Amino acid sequence: MQELVNRAKELLADGTVARVLGWKAGDLPYNPEPAYFETAEELDDFVYNGFCGANLSKYMIEASKLEGKTMVCLKPCDTYSFNQLIKEHRVDRDKAYIVGAGCKGKLDIEKIKKKGIKGIELIEGAELTDEADTLTIQTIYGNKTVAYADVMLERCHVCKGKEHMVYDELIGDSKETKDAERFDRVAEIEAMSPEEKFAFFQKELSKCIRCNACRNVCPACSCRKCVFDSTKFDSSQKANVDSFEEKMFHIIRAFHVAGRCTDCGECSRVCPQGIPLHLFNRKFIKDIDELYGEYQAGADTTSKAPLTNYTFEDAEPSIVGKRG
Amino acid sequence: MSLEKKEFKPKIVAFCCNWCSYAGADLAGSSRLTYPADVKIIRVPCSCRVNPMFILRAFEKGADGVILCGCHPGDCHYSTGNFYARRRMTLLFSMLDYIGVENGRTRVEWVSAAEGVKFSETMNSFVEKIYSLGENVRLGDLRCKS
Repeated sequence: MQELVNRAKELLADGTVARVLGWKAGDLPYNPEPAYFETAEELDDFVYNGFCGANLSKYMIEASKLEGKTMVCLKPCDTYSFNQLIKEHRVDRDKAYIVGAGCKGKLDIEKIKKKGIKGIELIEGAELTDEADTLTIQTIYGNKTVAYADVMLERCHVCKGKEHMVYDELIGDSKETKDAERFDRVAEIEAMSPEEKFAFFQKELSKCIRCNACRNVCPACSCRKCVFDSTKFDSSQKANVDSFEEKMFHIIRAFHVAGRCTDCGECSRVCPQGIPLHLFNRKFIKDIDELYGEYQAGADTTSKAPLTNYTFEDAEPSIVGKRG
Repeated sequence: MSLEKKEFKPKIVAFCCNWCSYAGADLAGSSRLTYPADVKIIRVPCSCRVNPMFILRAFEKGADGVILCGCHPGDCHYSTGNFYARRRMTLLFSMLDYIGVENGRTRVEWVSAAEGVKFSETMNSFVEKIYSLGENVRLGDLRCKS
């Protein structure tokens, strides 16, 4: 973290960048928030630890319109989103000075709380430079320890790799965290009977309070006018009134990012109700991979997205019933 | 209001491309071919005009089945519209299957303007399928039920 701060100070001092986009400490030890820093003094609040899960690439849409360059700290998975935004002409590559930050997996505070750890005062071991595989958590009830890997975000267990897709320089080492297959859960659900599938999604989606956090945080959801804000949309700007609206919202949300979703996992991370939203996005990614060839959104800035492309021999929609 | 169980009469929405299937439906009519009156046709300028939300909204408002008819791949009036529609619908139907809506309530069929017979056969078989699946209870807005 100190390396990042020092480099940021240098870049600010020599005028390469006008501001730094990173994370600053929140009011609790586990909720750092995205922030702009414009002076060396402000950078004293800069943090980069295991709780900095937020994907900063979406902030670059606004930062691209500001005067001067912005230094932005991107984790490996965030660089996919940034690439995707370049492809869609939503960000200006020349306005960004990308510092690829190392990553050893990000932490999920909900998982820590689920382990019965409450009254957290201080968390040690979450820094990138910490070698230990355990977190030491100081609570008002005494010290607790948990294994780092046990409280990682779901998306880090199925990490796409620690290679940055786009960057100007790299700071900090990464550690491989992948220990599960990305589509296992999707395949499990696919194998259920229609009744079980329906019951599963009904249970998950009925938790939705339509806060729109998943839409607001998604780097692929960057339309200036959103269909969910349209007064013509049946469930615009209000809580779902029945089970249909929940499904409508989630199917359409996932469909709008199909073929553009880099599977950064932000939607599931920010959901206050803990709905596994990535299961929708991954279903589309899995189908696209199977039917139209392997495709990783954001791996490059030139390839055509699957839904804006076609071949004469594409599968017919009736394949859905035949796959069983 | 009687509490007797009414006989199931499906509501089926058919999105038909103006340049082929809609004319195909005309041909079926003028050739005196029969297809069930449960099918309500909505004319669209191209199969590609059909937004996934159209399909979902049809279900919301009480449709028991939705079928999309367009030009055969390669014959699109706008050259490529149906290719995009094909990918979109494949993904959407797969998603509907994934969340547990019975597969079979949705279908895509390519019907040209000369295929009145195919149009009537398609509609007959689709309606039959919907009769066998029964009422759509999984995707529907309670407020829209009569």
